[in-house]
Amino acid sequence: MNARARAEFEILKDRSRCINCGVCQKQCANKVYEIGQSGEWLIADERCVNCQRCVEMCPTGALKVIKNRNEPRSDGNWQLKAVREIYKQAESGGVLLSSMGNPSDMPAYFDKIAVNASQVTNPPIDPLREPMETRVYLGAQNREISRGRDGKILPEGKALRLDVPVMFSAMSYGSISYNAHAALARAASELGTYYNTGEGGLHRDFYEYGKNTIVQVASGRFGVHRDYLNAGAAIEIKMGQGAKPGIGGHLPGEKTVGDIAVTRMIPQGSDAISPAPHHDIYSIEDLRQLVDSLKEATDHEKPIFVKVAAVHNIAAIAGGIARSGADVIVLDGWRGGTGAAPTRIRDNVGIPVELALASVDSRLRAEGIRDRVSLVVGGSIRNSADMVKAIALGADAVYIGTAALIALGCHVCRSCHSGRCNWGIATQQPELVARLNVDEGVKRLVNLVTAWKHEMEEMMGGMGINAIEALRGNRLMLRGLGLNSRELDILGIMHAGE
Amino acid sequence: MEEKFFEGRVRIPSGCAISGFIHRDGGMSDGGAIIASIATMRERSNGLGGGFAGYGIYPEYKDYYALHLFYSDKVVKRECESFLEERFDIINLSKIPVRKTPGVVDAPLIWRYFVSPLPTRLAESQLDEDEFVSRCSFFINTNMKGAYVFSCGKNMGAFKAVGYPEDVGEFYRLDEYKAYSWIAHGRYPTNTPGWWGGAHPFCLLDMAIVHNGEISSYDANRRNMEMHGYKCNLQTDTEVITYIFDYLVRKRGLTLKEACAVIAAPFWHKIERMPEKERERAEFLRRNFSGLLVTGPFSVILGYKGGLLAINDRLKLRSMVVGEYKNTTYMASEECAIRAIAPVLDRLYAPEGGEAVIAEVMR
Amino acid sequence: MEIYAKGMGFEQLNEAVRRCKEQEIVIRGCGGQRFIACAGEGRRIDVYGVAGNGAGAYMESGVLNIFGNAQDALADTMNGGEIYVFGRCGDAAGYAMRGGEVFVRGDAGYRVGVHMKEYGKHIPALIVGGRAGCFLGEYLAGGIIAVLDLQNTGAPLGEEAARGMHGGRIYVRGEAGVPLPDCVTAREADGEDMCLLLPYLEKFCAAFGGDAKKLAAEKFTLITPAPSNGVKRLYVSN
Repeated sequence: MNARARAEFEILKDRSRCINCGVCQKQCANKVYEIGQSGEWLIADERCVNCQRCVEMCPTGALKVIKNRNEPRSDGNWQLKAVREIYKQAESGGVLLSSMGNPSDMPAYFDKIAVNASQVTNPPIDPLREPMETRVYLGAQNREISRGRDGKILPEGKALRLDVPVMFSAMSYGSISYNAHAALARAASELGTYYNTGEGGLHRDFYEYGKNTIVQVASGRFGVHRDYLNAGAAIEIKMGQGAKPGIGGHLPGEKTVGDIAVTRMIPQGSDAISPAPHHDIYSIEDLRQLVDSLKEATDHEKPIFVKVAAVHNIAAIAGGIARSGADVIVLDGWRGGTGAAPTRIRDNVGIPVELALASVDSRLRAEGIRDRVSLVVGGSIRNSADMVKAIALGADAVYIGTAALIALGCHVCRSCHSGRCNWGIATQQPELVARLNVDEGVKRLVNLVTAWKHEMEEMMGGMGINAIEALRGNRLMLRGLGLNSRELDILGIMHAGE
Repeated sequence: MEEKFFEGRVRIPSGCAISGFIHRDGGMSDGGAIIASIATMRERSNGLGGGFAGYGIYPEYKDYYALHLFYSDKVVKRECESFLEERFDIINLSKIPVRKTPGVVDAPLIWRYFVSPLPTRLAESQLDEDEFVSRCSFFINTNMKGAYVFSCGKNMGAFKAVGYPEDVGEFYRLDEYKAYSWIAHGRYPTNTPGWWGGAHPFCLLDMAIVHNGEISSYDANRRNMEMHGYKCNLQTDTEVITYIFDYLVRKRGLTLKEACAVIAAPFWHKIERMPEKERERAEFLRRNFSGLLVTGPFSVILGYKGGLLAINDRLKLRSMVVGEYKNTTYMASEECAIRAIAPVLDRLYAPEGGEAVIAEVMR
Repeated sequence: MEIYAKGMGFEQLNEAVRRCKEQEIVIRGCGGQRFIACAGEGRRIDVYGVAGNGAGAYMESGVLNIFGNAQDALADTMNGGEIYVFGRCGDAAGYAMRGGEVFVRGDAGYRVGVHMKEYGKHIPALIVGGRAGCFLGEYLAGGIIAVLDLQNTGAPLGEEAARGMHGGRIYVRGEAGVPLPDCVTAREADGEDMCLLLPYLEKFCAAFGGDAKKLAAEKFTLITPAPSNGVKRLYVSN
């Protein structure tokens, strides 16, 4: 069958503008552009992923990428996407593999929630002129006040200080590039927040950012050893990921090269497979065992995060985690991104993070143990409003992954798994990685988070709130729009107008 | 806590520690040893559930069903007692003696009745004694809010509460009971159960089960058992596993080993390699009771009259060790729980996934 | 220094070990306390009794002798050093182990050596004197596992051994005795293969007795990953 006829995108080259400079050809790692024997442009539409690199780099604006205008017949049931996927599987016998978060048009509850503002009965606050506090501590609160002999209160455990309630979520070195990691690490340190190593180990160059680093321990235990555990500010046990709950990961041998292999501590070119479960955790009491062993390995100095995918029974699961010595629970919603996940898993397994967050927060409160843990949510926090709503639903802080990558130049072409990211983010090809300017990346990340902080302060100010603690779990500040009563009940909010 | 979060209204996955032993020569020991055993595995529980069952503890009433009940208040107690009086000859009733223990709080009313079914009512019901008792206990647990039968076998009894198991043992004064076999459970529920019913062991007639793990086949199994008239009031794995054993053994007449070959059926590729007769049997059991295959992690100790059975899921996703010393067989999640009460053993081994270990009192 | 562990919680015991500055520590009366020698470095710890779950987890270097049995998750994510278990060990020993050596005199439980991997000079080794339970060496990415079946049961391995194995070597004295997955090949170990194993057999025999050279002269089966592994061909880009 003709792949070109079925291409998703079509490239329009305006011959009157094209100066034959060849930039498009040089910029495209997918090899869409070639020059034929008689010097004519051969354009392989079917290879195009619409990452917009050529369009943006073309000096004369001669290029446009559009949806393929050739539309094979489709209908409401057999949509083009469904048909295309069957062709792919019939040709290859393969499991469909996708990147980034669930793209389906299932409800985004954040978009159906409205935020409150003060009018008359209490005053809004102007954040530009009055104090506005966004500092958050993550970690357990003292269950009992214990005092030393001198009468001084002895704090239990360690807490992480965040100057702004946004952290960069786990993305391994390997799934993203050295430059991307460097930018995240430096930005986290400038912003007074944290980035997360993901399951790829910690590159030796980044140990200096340790106090703004969360080191991850996942099922493959890549790069995990005592010094690594002690290098960061906290340890995150990854039990699951919103994009692919219940399954493991696989970085193919062709990507485990150079420093990637060194950092993961595996031989060059060997497959890096993360099993679906931690094989030392098959039950809730085993989680406690891993939490305890990590605490023992770090002399009880590091807070322990436990990250789980938002799944059906999440409230009960979170209750168990809270009782297992974890300091922070991370809920990753089904919109969460990924460098590669089977399409069917990504698009069908898990639940929206808004519902998971609301039910976890409610359940932990019903059981009187919400104070034992902090809650962090991720899985498609797209802007400051999502963040404000998440905090009002009960989160202490949010993780951003995709949003941070977009700030670094990602164009959401959903092809991370190809390893040919033209923007130098989800790739290990040196010439592509070099396209990502670290200094500029840091600046853009800092800009993004700073802007979100201002926006959040404005929304908080509007509500008459000047400290983030007063927003957390303050669900009266939220109203639902067009939600049914069951949804409102789970979210614990009233409908607009009530 | 709000009642909507009580166990039974919601499903609460749990992890656990389990331990048990049986004197195969019929020797008796008090509850001290089993408490010492389960207490060594404190890291496997979180203080939200503990319990025990002992066999041979009521020799003076050995022919009567010993009903252990929780009541939330006196009103439901009166209602339940009149229900029992209409159906049973009640030989003896009393509060179960307890000792105030700091680790065990919010106790319901805890009562014990030694009963035998009234002959007229039994005849009228056209049921055998066991089924009659079982149905009455289901009726109470399903329909009488605030009353809960947590043990109803003969010459055996379960004792359970919310708390660490060693505190629960102390609370129920288990040092004052003598049994030829004991099983124990330390629970690690993800959520607070809200009341005592969901603690283990779970009992039906003379069967008592303690279990570790969260099974993944739960609702397939539950719906199958509810089709056969069982009511899963607690929504716990232990409850449904107990019903499956009761159904397969008492109602369908399978042996315990056969029941284990249903619950932890071998993989097909393993069945295909078996010798013909064995293969046919394994194939039949798996095919004929396909809705009762239990998947996901579990390790179970099942107590019954005169015996103990231990079994793991077919992948052995939970730990379990078995020890033997002279005429006593020990079974526990961790070796240390056995060594705590039997430092020297003739043999210690870990059964294979799906392998049923049965130890019975010699006749 | 000697510590009498009876009645101690694991935190108390391990804190005592950490505080102790001596190079040799003896723990007596161990009753299942967890995480002994967790992230340990440079010292020798002798344990009498039952070592609880997670003994030698993240261990960096030094020696851990367990004069008794070890429970589950022995040598979890171990990085270096040596562990000798004079009895048997439970499930999931050597999970994700990257370095160091573990010698178990008796049998080992289920899922031993899952996802072991090697790196540079780090070559983890896990030698089991008795039999190993099912799922031995699942996802094995590197390192050496040897199962000696010294009791001559003729059934050294449980079912489902070497599933998903994509690196490393599994030696079995005698025949594997169970079906092996497509992702591996099994053949009789040759002289060169046995040269690799011999140093470990020598350490094993030095600790538990026996003649390493004689042992090495016996027939061993060697299981290694098949040249082309199925995982890569599983996916199609969508």
